[in-house]
Amino acid sequence: MVNKTNTKPTPKPKKGTTATKPSQTKKKEKKLYNVIFFKNWCKSCGICTALCVKQIIKSDETGVPYIDDMDSCTGCRFCEIHCPDFAITIKSRHPERRESNGN
Amino acid sequence: MLERAEIVRKEYLRHDKKFPHVWCPGCGNGIVMGALLRAIHALELSKDEVVLASGIGCSGRMPTYADFNTIHTTHGRALTFSTGIKLAKPELTVLTVMGDGDSTAIGGNHFIHAARRNLNLTAIIINNSTYGMTGGQYSPTTPFGSISATSVYGHVEHAFSIAELAATAGASFVARSTVYHATHLEEMLKLAIKKRGFSVMEVISNCHVQYGKKNKLGGAVQMINSYKDNAVKVDKAAKMSQEELEGKITIGVLADVDKPVSTEVYRQVVKDAQKKAGKISKETDKNGVKRYEE
Repeated sequence: MVNKTNTKPTPKPKKGTTATKPSQTKKKEKKLYNVIFFKNWCKSCGICTALCVKQIIKSDETGVPYIDDMDSCTGCRFCEIHCPDFAITIKSRHPERRESNGN
Repeated sequence: MLERAEIVRKEYLRHDKKFPHVWCPGCGNGIVMGALLRAIHALELSKDEVVLASGIGCSGRMPTYADFNTIHTTHGRALTFSTGIKLAKPELTVLTVMGDGDSTAIGGNHFIHAARRNLNLTAIIINNSTYGMTGGQYSPTTPFGSISATSVYGHVEHAFSIAELAATAGASFVARSTVYHATHLEEMLKLAIKKRGFSVMEVISNCHVQYGKKNKLGGAVQMINSYKDNAVKVDKAAKMSQEELEGKITIGVLADVDKPVSTEVYRQVVKDAQKKAGKISKETDKNGVKRYEE
């Protein structure tokens, strides 16, 4: 989805894509989020890992959280409001702006 | 555009001086503080008109981290300092953060009399069932039979229920929530801050380092998840029997009554007395109104 080539600016670009690639447009409509861990403040308590609804937050051997599958994040902010150390920020991501967004 | 978490971190925290904070990993105090800051942000109160007072204990560290007018007072006396601040400057929003031992043991008398007096204050009581900072001694809210540093064979006394105590003592608004229900907690805090009169917000929090470890309740995650399983909303709890409610936590608004706030009544008393004495002129009346306006 990130690597998708940019279509020419037509008045109704969504209609054209739905006709040809329905699965990709469905993905495009889904909101994407970036979960940013502020590692300096994180104390590896494991609350975000345990409470994540999608179970995408993993922790490494020292307990520091990381996310491999960032596109699965639904942006519910359950980890953000339960982080006792104010170490999680969730930002919405706009994939159409630039290709390397979110890295 | 700044996200809400960034606003909370950059606007309301002393982020460049005091962080990371001293609370243990997974401590519920941080969750309560986050909910409090989000509630203040949602109510659009300016930082200059909010006072955050606290006593001694783990919860007493909270004003150190929040960027309001803050005061860290003596053990149990946070509400007396808040009363003084409110009487001197009634236009301020005074929030008092206390622990369970701080509010009901050392400051027990101050707490019930502040509730009886009904000033426009907000008391946020973080109840973690133990004295966490000093090594896990039993507090007035330690459940019967549980193990602490001073009750190694099981606690022989029965626990206080802070919210019910406050409601009986005459608080205008009493609510309870837990650290698992962070969104609910934020909503309850909003109601408590908005309410005119003495409002008490009891937050059930986890002390997995002292209380949880001694009673084999697991770590932070297990304790926080247990609040999810044990919490019952007020309207559902009203239909349950006493036996079913054993070990459950009733969350929601437990009391909400409208009573005259004592600063308002006092202002009226002063006005009437001045009128009776015939001393009132236009200027003093103006000044008097301004002085006691909230």
